[in-house]
Amino acid sequence: MSWRRCSTRVDQLPAIELRGLVRRFGERAVLREVSVTVPAGATLAVLGRNGAGKSTLLRILATLLRPHAGEVRVFGEALPRRAFAVRAHLGLLGHDPLLYRDLSGRENLGYHARLYGVAPRRVEDVLDAVAMRERGDEPVRLLSRGMVQRLAVCRAVLHRPRLLLLDEPLANLDPAAGGLVAPLIGRSSGATRVLTSHDPAAALAEADLVLGLQDGRAAFVCPPAGVDQPMLEQLYA
Amino acid sequence: MTTYGRGLRGLAIATVVTITVALALVFFYAPLDADQGFVQKIFYLHVPLAITALCGFVFGGALGAMYLRTGEARWDIRSYVAIHLALIFGVGVLLTGAIWAKASWGHWWIWSDPTLTSFLIVMLLFATYQPLRFSIEDRDRQSRYASVFAVVAGAFVPLNFIAVRAAQAYVHPRVLTLAGGNLPGSMRLVFVVSLLGIALLYVTLWKYEMAAKNTRMQVRALRRALLGDDAVSSLKRSAAPS
Amino acid sequence: MRDERAPGMWRTALAVLRKDLLLELRGLETVPAMILFALVTFVIFHFGLGRDTIDGQLAAGVLTATLLFAAMLGINRLFVAEREQGGFDAFLLAPVDRTALLVAKALALLVFLAVLELIAVPAFGLLLLGPPLGSRLPGLVAVLALGDVALAVIGTLVSAIAVHTRARDLIGPIVGLPLLLPALIAVARGAGPVLAVHGSGAPPGRWVAILALYDVVFALLSYAVFDFLLED
Repeated sequence: MSWRRCSTRVDQLPAIELRGLVRRFGERAVLREVSVTVPAGATLAVLGRNGAGKSTLLRILATLLRPHAGEVRVFGEALPRRAFAVRAHLGLLGHDPLLYRDLSGRENLGYHARLYGVAPRRVEDVLDAVAMRERGDEPVRLLSRGMVQRLAVCRAVLHRPRLLLLDEPLANLDPAAGGLVAPLIGRSSGATRVLTSHDPAAALAEADLVLGLQDGRAAFVCPPAGVDQPMLEQLYA
Repeated sequence: MTTYGRGLRGLAIATVVTITVALALVFFYAPLDADQGFVQKIFYLHVPLAITALCGFVFGGALGAMYLRTGEARWDIRSYVAIHLALIFGVGVLLTGAIWAKASWGHWWIWSDPTLTSFLIVMLLFATYQPLRFSIEDRDRQSRYASVFAVVAGAFVPLNFIAVRAAQAYVHPRVLTLAGGNLPGSMRLVFVVSLLGIALLYVTLWKYEMAAKNTRMQVRALRRALLGDDAVSSLKRSAAPS
Repeated sequence: MRDERAPGMWRTALAVLRKDLLLELRGLETVPAMILFALVTFVIFHFGLGRDTIDGQLAAGVLTATLLFAAMLGINRLFVAEREQGGFDAFLLAPVDRTALLVAKALALLVFLAVLELIAVPAFGLLLLGPPLGSRLPGLVAVLALGDVALAVIGTLVSAIAVHTRARDLIGPIVGLPLLLPALIAVARGAGPVLAVHGSGAPPGRWVAILALYDVVFALLSYAVFDFLLED
């Protein structure tokens, strides 16, 4: 009986818990007392103007920035102390594709496969999934922005992360390419997702939970159904 | 928060008294050197300055290591002040060394003295501490990188002395060695009092600058707490932590 | 939930090294520039010194200074691709030991220096050195190899510091040169007797010992502090 209770507790362990998160740059606070809990498998949309702290929040969850105060837990592991244990399960897709321009897509992904201890076979699989297998040997600098973004998606999901941090993931992608990457980074990927977008409507359609950031503070945290037009207007005012 | 001002007055008085006594001893008690005459008395300023400056550099490295261990900004500020003061003392060492060399050997600079040459190299290294800090805008990164520099440069000090000493084919015959091992008794007394005076001066200045920085930071923190984040103008770009 | 797949320090370092060498092979930017720089510097020394051949301490000094400044070119570029193309973030995201980056970059720099010397040292023998190089080569290689380790370790450390500063092209050399001085003194003084006309061809043990001490101390120190340069 005791193990059953134990196992249910593990199932219900939230993927992300933020409590009073503060991050400063110099003396200026970029995130002020942000608290939110995201259940495993759910999608959190983070909305807000430029400079509201969206990217900073993502970089903290990605273990690239340290929180200055408050509690941050990812899969129950406290950051930054247990960052090492979390990294293998994170996939970050940001504005920067994090690919070397002089190397080909295949070489770039091969490098990441070595860093994550992933079998080389997986590189071909993800290249196939985004229809980049044929152009996988061309240097990244010769590819169009859409193709680079497809490779960046491959890089982010190469190690089958359980938490996807997506900063404007569909920028530079046409609808067809958007369809290609959907199984990798969309809801059907099965991963917990944190998503930012300049297009609130698109983000709301994907989200289970919405965090509105204004000047580094959580203006609201609620399900997408609870977000109405006046709230959005105030957020982007 | 530590109050660096505590005991500062007593320390300042002790410093003034010790340095006055040291000067009196240098001029009226210490014997004239047989070879070099009066100018040799610059030794009582030059060598204590050098020892204090080198200790200050290593001290700054140890404080930098404490910053890396704890991540608390105050250790970085302490390290900064330690190195910054040691640099000022170091300029004094090079100036007094040059004067002494000119008076004794007729040249402003002599390469055959390994101690002075080593000191020049140490100064060239630590002179880059401030430009390095100035070149980093993010405060946390500035503290971290400056502390890494302080630790590495602190370890560099002894290694550098070994290498330079080995490079000198012969050591210029000096009346007095740095350690003061073969000083006559009366000279040794004066030397020790001078060293104590200079060391006290260093400690007083260190505490004084820490007290000033600390006060400024507390004022800023209070202003922020009372008037809000945006009411306090952001810091100008600076090499000095505050 | 620690991941068993995550590779160890050495495998990570080799993956990064492999990537760096591949990037250099694709771009051919750094090493050819270092070699050309060294060759031009020999020509400058020929005219500057007004000598057709040099030997002994003078030759050792010229060789040390030339290799040092050529190495500075490589040191300045060591982390440029990481900073400009997101390599730092990509590496920091991975579940790997951060110190592997120090090891990989130092090894890459060591490879660059070896290739540089493979060409620059024989060229020095042909262009400037008076006594024949042949019998002196083993002693010279020993001193240069120890010097290369010092250049690689300090170069990597300084480059990692400089790359995040605004004046990165200046900070690297001004911090690196004084920090390297003890090692450079040892290389120059160690190579001096080797390159002398009537030398035994063996470097003095004192300098070899100082170089080795320098290498060990700063390698350990860099290993200890490197993580702090990557955090954010």
